[in-house]
Amino acid sequence: MIRRFTLIGATALSLQPASAFAQANELVLYCSVGEEWCRAQSEAFTRETGINVLMTRKSSGETFAQIKAEEGQPRGDVWWGGTGDPHLQAAQEGLTEEYRSPLLADLQPWAVAQAETSGYKTVGIYAGALGYGYNSTMVTENPPACWSDLLDARFVDDIQVANPNSSGTSYTMLATMVQLMGEDEAFAYLAQLHANISQYTQSGAAPIRAAATGETAVGIVFMHDAVAEAVGGAPIVTVAPCEGTGYEVGSMSLILGGPNPDAAKIWYDWALSPAAQEIGATAKSFQVPSNSNAATPPEAPKLIDIKLIDYDFARFGSSEVRSALLARWDAEIGILPK
Amino acid sequence: MTARMGRVGLFWSALLLATVLALPWFKGGAIFSSALTEGLAGRVWLLPLVAVALGLAALAFGTRDWRVHPAGAVLVGVGLVWLILQGFGIGLRGPAMPGIAVLFPAAANGQPGFGWGAWVAGIALVGVLAEVLAARGFCRGERFAAFSIVGIVAALTLFVFFPILTLMSAAFIAPDGTLSALPFLIRITAPDLWSIGCLTGGGRCGVVVNTVVLGVLSAAFAATLGLALALLVARTDFRMRRFLRAIAILPIITPPFVVGVAIIVLFGRTGVVTVEVAEWFGMRPSRWVYGLPGILLAQVLAFTPVTFLVILSALEAINPTLEEASTTLGARPVTTFRTVTWPLLRPALAAAFLLAFIESLSDFGNPIVLGGSYDVLSTKIFFAVVGAQYDLSQAATLSVLLLGLTVAAFWLQTRWLGRSSYVTVTGKSDAGLVAPVPPLIKWAAVAAVLPFVLVTVGVYVIILIGGFVTDIARMEMSPTFSHLWTAFSFELGERGLQLFGSAWNSMITTLWVSTLSAPLTMGIGILTAWLIARQDFVGKRAFEFGTLLSFAIPGTVVGVSYIAAFNVPPIDMTGTLWILVICFVFRNLPVGMRAGIAALAQIDRSMEEASQTMGAGGGRVLRDVVLPLIRPAIFTALVYSFVTAMTAVSAVIFLVSARHNMATAYIMGRVGNGEYALAMAYSTVLMLVMVACVALMNLVVGRARLGRRSAVTSSAPPTE
Repeated sequence: MIRRFTLIGATALSLQPASAFAQANELVLYCSVGEEWCRAQSEAFTRETGINVLMTRKSSGETFAQIKAEEGQPRGDVWWGGTGDPHLQAAQEGLTEEYRSPLLADLQPWAVAQAETSGYKTVGIYAGALGYGYNSTMVTENPPACWSDLLDARFVDDIQVANPNSSGTSYTMLATMVQLMGEDEAFAYLAQLHANISQYTQSGAAPIRAAATGETAVGIVFMHDAVAEAVGGAPIVTVAPCEGTGYEVGSMSLILGGPNPDAAKIWYDWALSPAAQEIGATAKSFQVPSNSNAATPPEAPKLIDIKLIDYDFARFGSSEVRSALLARWDAEIGILPK
Repeated sequence: MTARMGRVGLFWSALLLATVLALPWFKGGAIFSSALTEGLAGRVWLLPLVAVALGLAALAFGTRDWRVHPAGAVLVGVGLVWLILQGFGIGLRGPAMPGIAVLFPAAANGQPGFGWGAWVAGIALVGVLAEVLAARGFCRGERFAAFSIVGIVAALTLFVFFPILTLMSAAFIAPDGTLSALPFLIRITAPDLWSIGCLTGGGRCGVVVNTVVLGVLSAAFAATLGLALALLVARTDFRMRRFLRAIAILPIITPPFVVGVAIIVLFGRTGVVTVEVAEWFGMRPSRWVYGLPGILLAQVLAFTPVTFLVILSALEAINPTLEEASTTLGARPVTTFRTVTWPLLRPALAAAFLLAFIESLSDFGNPIVLGGSYDVLSTKIFFAVVGAQYDLSQAATLSVLLLGLTVAAFWLQTRWLGRSSYVTVTGKSDAGLVAPVPPLIKWAAVAAVLPFVLVTVGVYVIILIGGFVTDIARMEMSPTFSHLWTAFSFELGERGLQLFGSAWNSMITTLWVSTLSAPLTMGIGILTAWLIARQDFVGKRAFEFGTLLSFAIPGTVVGVSYIAAFNVPPIDMTGTLWILVICFVFRNLPVGMRAGIAALAQIDRSMEEASQTMGAGGGRVLRDVVLPLIRPAIFTALVYSFVTAMTAVSAVIFLVSARHNMATAYIMGRVGNGEYALAMAYSTVLMLVMVACVALMNLVVGRARLGRRSAVTSSAPPTE
């Protein structure tokens, strides 16, 4: 009997959460890209450095809220991935730390621009254009090609997009529409589109997943997310809207006052290296990497071929503009009857 | 007796002294960086606590009856007040109020949160306080009860009221940071909360209306089904009773999201059932399941087991002699059921309805998965907190509303129950035969249970298959273990055992939290029930109201309030394992308590009084008389709290951290991302773990064994 309890005790001890013991050699990672990529990236880092990664995957809006809530006592070290706007807002609100990686020189101009906008408190790690995907078994005739096509009555209750409060993807869409059309026209468009929206999801990539399984016909997402579903075998066609579209600069920030600053910088430099940036493609994430020496996955939507707007990251990543747009979305779109 | 009383008191004051001298006072402090050494090293505001400890020790060892000595009461009071004042007065980055800097210049450096030393000192002070109070006649001098009450009140204050008050104050904060009632009034009267447009045909209903409609429907269906199941299992010879029992337990060990997902796979637009039905009737498949019908379906499936367990334990505790007497006196079975069984079941029914109502109000997993555009309060609160604005004031306002609803439910429940007596276990003759329910009721119950059984079986078939095929949502059915491997991969390499699977962290934390919280919840819950049902003391009504209030706080609100209260010193706990454990203990406490109260309401006091008359103290009566009689309630409480810790999400979603993630939060993330297969594979593993653990508990605690005849033993031939 005693032996048995000793055994249970020993097993229990071996499973003891790491906090009880030394906390060196670990990194708390807030990850805002797709879960699969988060997993692959953490695992690769642990294999290479021996540093144990404690990873949480949350949408970028949620992660921003969490870092803000933890402002008094930060629990995370690095915020890796997710659209650039909330990273910029975090930088503006002093939640993240200034750091200039030695690898900055190797990065694409848009990634460096992101760093400069924020006063080097964040940096671009990938880019991807906004668009949408439709299920080709459900939409067989007259394929949509523009933002305006989504207002078509045949899509009533058949389009999904995320809630911009939680999802950076959806906020990018909101900001894109404002830049494409002007603010009032953008909200008029969204109000019209609302009739066709069946659900505002929490996570940015969820709509395309719903389109892949046929729960909805169209999902408004980043194009690389739509491509990932198509690569996975789903009948999804990716659309780059004809009016032009916005894009994200997926970013990375060091959280100010995090518990493991040294490990955080090791991650930061590693994550900007070509080898680390090529991991995404193995986890069905087809964004364009920011290190110019990293290979762009062949499946990735070519930014050159897409009509991109000149996205004003500084303006739409600022606290005032972002909060104001979201408040207006809540007041004018979020409360519309269904 | 007196010697023993003295010993306990000495223990508390000795513990207090040892703590302030030796244990690390601050969070993360080294051993011996105690209140004394920290105080001498500059944090002089800790020295008064050392003085209090020394004073109490001197009093305890030096005087004959220190507990009634006026100095004792003064010292305890000063100690507790000072402990709290210095903790809140001096924060991590310096003093919280300007005056403190003048008193203690060293406070400018701030101080970390409470560590082991501060916690143990607090507990010891509470112990001494209970001694002092008991000596002054509190609880008629009953020391065990006094300590229990003071301890529970302290714990409730700290882990229920303090966070809620912190949150509530946030409801009255205007955007510019000042305190004012106006923004609160504006927010709380907003039309998007109260509109009844959907009933009158103009637009959609307010969030509050949605929430209430969902809660009432969900609770009514769940309570009815729970009653039907309980009657079939306990009071009929229905052939599939064991199967019913198993199937009714199944949903309780399932994370709710997965049920929602399986419902989408079954009834979604491309769902198995939807497509079949649409083909039969030649309709276009619709998204009918997203919205009220879907949430309702998922919630009824999820909450019926809880109502079933509550009603079943009450049904099994009804003394059969009453029903036997009714039958003997010539009443027809229907009359017996209506006039005897039904009235005795009413408290349990009300408790079951209430549980389901509150679960429904605080559930936000199902509304998020299946809600479509049907907003409820819990999702609104969630988005107010995780939303980009991080609008704690809005979340707090909505929380006040949610609280109002649940408190109203309590008020209704007490009105409905009235003040009748439900005592059926008296210690007197207890040898009746369980009366089977009349056939009419039996077949009504079968008809009610059948659809539930069919849907449940369908849902579980989907979940079991879904985790082990490529993609069930797209009907790609080639078998695979890849999802399981993603979650639980590991490697035995040169660095030893490395757990690479993404679910390991959450799995291990979940097991720890469940194992730690279940016995605590059960213990405190049953103790609270016993205090309320059996003890008379000053402030009992307030105590009862307090515990009720903790029941009325939905999980979502608890989660938000814990973030608001426990992210900064002195009680700096977010991101730890302990905040999860504590959250579950106080969240599930009411379940243990209600089970205990329902069981105690049926047991006559005379047995305990007999035991007391013969000289047993409060603790001994509880252990030797009460506990064995309410074993079913203990088992229910234990299982419920263990399983909830593995399946609940509404509160923990706010409290999980990268280091301590919980299984449900992990699964919710996967579902939100559309990774249904991974969610299902993980859920299957989780369910197997739970089955194993519940079986273990069944072995250790055992189920009801009240000394009653069963039909089999009574028909055995007499031995004479």
